[in-house]
Amino acid sequence: MKVLVAVKRVIDYNVKVRVKADNTGVDLTNVKMAMNPFCEIAVEEAVRLKEKGVATEIVVVSIGPKTSQEQIRTALALGADRGIQIETDEEVQSLDAAKLLKAVVDKEQPQLVILGKQSIDSDNNQTGQMLAALAGMGQGTFASEVVVDGDKVNVTREVDGGLVTVGLKLPAVVTTDLRLNEPRYASLPNIMKAKKKPLESVSPADLGVTLSPRLTTLKVEEPPKRAGGIKVGSVSELVEKLKNEAKVI
Amino acid sequence: MSDTGFHFSERQGAAVMSKLINTKDLEFLLYHVFDAAQLAEFPRYADYDRTSFDGILGTAARIATDYLLPHNAKADAQEPVFDGQRVETLPEVKIAWKHFAASGLLAARHGIDEGGMQLPSLIHMACNAWFVSANPSTAAYPFLTSAAANVIHAFGSQSQKQTFLPHLFSGRFAGTMALTEPDVGSSLGDLTTRAILTEDGSYRIKGQKMYISGGDQDITENIVHLVLARIQGAPEGVKGISLFIVPKFRMQADGVLGERNDVQLAGLLHKMGYRGTTSTVLTFGEQGDCHGYLLGEPNKGLMYMFKMMNEARIGVGLGAAMIGYRGYLESLDYARQRPQGRSPTEKNPHSKPLNIIEHADVKRMLLAQKCYAEGSLALCLLAARLVDEQEAGGNQESGILLDLLTPVVKSYPSFYGPRANDLAIQVLGGAGYTREYPVEQCYRDNRLNPIHEGTHGIQSLDLLGRKLWQHQGRGQQLLLGRIEATLKSAQTKTVLALWVAEYRIHLKTLINTTLILGQAMQNGQADAVLANSALYLDMMGKLVVGWLWLEMADKAQTTFADSPAPDDQNFLAGKLQAARYFIGWELPEVELLAQRLQGLDGTCREMQPDWF
Ligand SMILES: Cc1cc2nc3c(=O)[nH]c(=O)nc-3n(C[C@H](O)[C@H](O)[C@H](O)COP(=O)(O)OP(=O)(O)OC[C@H]3O[C@@H](n4cnc5c(N)ncnc54)[C@H](O)[C@@H]3O)c2cc1C
Repeated sequence: MKVLVAVKRVIDYNVKVRVKADNTGVDLTNVKMAMNPFCEIAVEEAVRLKEKGVATEIVVVSIGPKTSQEQIRTALALGADRGIQIETDEEVQSLDAAKLLKAVVDKEQPQLVILGKQSIDSDNNQTGQMLAALAGMGQGTFASEVVVDGDKVNVTREVDGGLVTVGLKLPAVVTTDLRLNEPRYASLPNIMKAKKKPLESVSPADLGVTLSPRLTTLKVEEPPKRAGGIKVGSVSELVEKLKNEAKVI
Repeated sequence: MSDTGFHFSERQGAAVMSKLINTKDLEFLLYHVFDAAQLAEFPRYADYDRTSFDGILGTAARIATDYLLPHNAKADAQEPVFDGQRVETLPEVKIAWKHFAASGLLAARHGIDEGGMQLPSLIHMACNAWFVSANPSTAAYPFLTSAAANVIHAFGSQSQKQTFLPHLFSGRFAGTMALTEPDVGSSLGDLTTRAILTEDGSYRIKGQKMYISGGDQDITENIVHLVLARIQGAPEGVKGISLFIVPKFRMQADGVLGERNDVQLAGLLHKMGYRGTTSTVLTFGEQGDCHGYLLGEPNKGLMYMFKMMNEARIGVGLGAAMIGYRGYLESLDYARQRPQGRSPTEKNPHSKPLNIIEHADVKRMLLAQKCYAEGSLALCLLAARLVDEQEAGGNQESGILLDLLTPVVKSYPSFYGPRANDLAIQVLGGAGYTREYPVEQCYRDNRLNPIHEGTHGIQSLDLLGRKLWQHQGRGQQLLLGRIEATLKSAQTKTVLALWVAEYRIHLKTLINTTLILGQAMQNGQADAVLANSALYLDMMGKLVVGWLWLEMADKAQTTFADSPAPDDQNFLAGKLQAARYFIGWELPEVELLAQRLQGLDGTCREMQPDWF
């Protein structure tokens, strides 16, 4: 069974994000970039499926500038077999990403598509769902367990009330949550082997997609600084402050 | 929907914000100061590029953070134990070992065709920096194993290589280096362990070794000791020492373990630091049946071992640098968060206390640590870069320079690393003295480094008595050439020009001192010259590290001066301020050292044992 994994290049989760002086976005000059952590979990899950003999080929796809090949190579070093880079320097919003991925799905015909539930830069949590809708596949989002069973996949989902397990017919889309697995590190030999694995580069036009952003960013600002805490003397003082100062009760 | 704001650093190695290394500094050193990307121009490294280097460093950071750091304090508190039969180490050490092996790091420096990765020394050194910072005593096992494998690789016969290397590379076996004896430490020429040739061509080893790190453990299936011994009838002194492979279990064909060899653990030593590494007293041939296999030719053992020791010495320098670095980052973090006291002129008792990082005297202690730690790391990476230039680039001059600098690379970090840790304890105040904080362990661990792999004193004799004059003093010329290149570049930058001028004054002092001492040695005053060798080592160390501080300042200025990013500006300002501290506060001390050296000051030498 072929598994398609989508990975995104994002600002490294340890970097303290800086807003550009003109408030048009986040400053990315000289900033360390990395694979979106939820995507790492997606890659790991695919590799585990391959190790179990369930998956036979893992294709990893990333949309973004040329440098996003680094994240594809990271995935190849972790165990993916081949990479597809959809190269664009434009902003790619969720729906466009989903359309591009749909075009890859049409071409590759995977049985399972695994994505992170969201990327930590824009936090939209949309691409997997949109892709499932466009491709007419079932979706199991926020997965904490994925079990392939013949032509079905059972996905345990983390929801507010607890866990829900859905059974989906393959092909299907799965988006990963944090507790699905613990991603491995790449061994040195695998890092070097990754360089020799095939990596194909295509443009959105090659896939018949024209990027058409629908959302305009008006302004990006730092979150307000947290004010220092205070110590209250008694419960009644606490209640008083919550009522009159914080105005939350 | 669940936790979108989860902290990933809780799940996996928090590489960027790590308290093990400032990754921005490491990247700066690798890619801007030592131009790692350029290494790919050497055919041996042609498969590499920055992406693969970054991937490899990421793997090292993960292993260090996830598998080494968590048991650093535990391994210190719970030393390995020996019940008379077996040694027991923590399970965490075995898990860490498995990850070292699985990652491919044990064989990484060797050729692809030999099961290695042809990894450049520079990147390997940077990986090791992560490991020693996280947990020096667990990192010692793979370091010793790689060193032993290197010697067998360089000098072993084909069959010895086939028998042992694959298992040392895969982590099935570990290695040791067994030089020291109960009565013979610094003066290896006096060693007494004997080797007797038998009819099958192997030797029977008899003697006792002491302080052997990793000499026994329960981590690997077998242990390969590299033992220095004297073949019966061989000349006295250093010219009669040979090197032997002595496995704990003898080997059958196809890598199957055979009989237990007659090498026994007499006991474990109980140390001040590095407690997770077993320190052993080993008895060879108590039953008269310790099989040893000669490595290379007879009587060349010390030369072979020195090859390994030169690498090991750079490794010791790195360990000292990184434990210093770790203490620096820990104390920096503490100083940023600890409110205490007010500025000397603030008289209002109700005013908010300052965090101690605001006090000038605390800044002094942090700056000194920054200088020692980052300067020492740069020094070790320079050594690694020279290894690459020599081995992969075929540049013999880099090899000559490395020879000259090796005692400095071992000793500067070993001397100043513990000083940095001492300051780290001081920054934490009472907390620093408790075992609830990691800096006292850093100090205890680091205190080993001026002792093993040739003591500080022995290194200084090596530098002043031998290394300076080897290759007709070519090493000195090469060093001065490289320093001059940095000075030329730095003096064109307004912010640096003044410090370059100051540096030149002290460099001149070093050159003069070296000349005077060289002449005195030729005039038969070697005793008087060598009496103060430790001062010369210190002087040389200060000038070499001072050079590297100017180099860092120069490259930081080139790289970051035009960057609008506040992080870059802070990084640059920090490098410049540390360079200023080094040139202005550390370097002038060489003038006092020079006075004593040039005058062949006899205060210590003329002191008589009976006068104490
Ligand atoms: C934790 C630890 C791990 C070690 N691991 C290993 C190992 O794995 N394998 C191994 O073989 N050894 C190992 N050693 C031994 C180590 O290398 C020796 O301790 C070291 O070489 C010094 O020898 P020594 O202890 O006999 O001291 P000595 O040689 O007795 O030296 C004592 C002092 O005298 C000074 N001194 C000695 N000779 C001279 C001289 N000619 N001129 C001026 N000063 C001199 C020294 O500088 C030192 O200050 C280890 C030691 C320790 C503590």
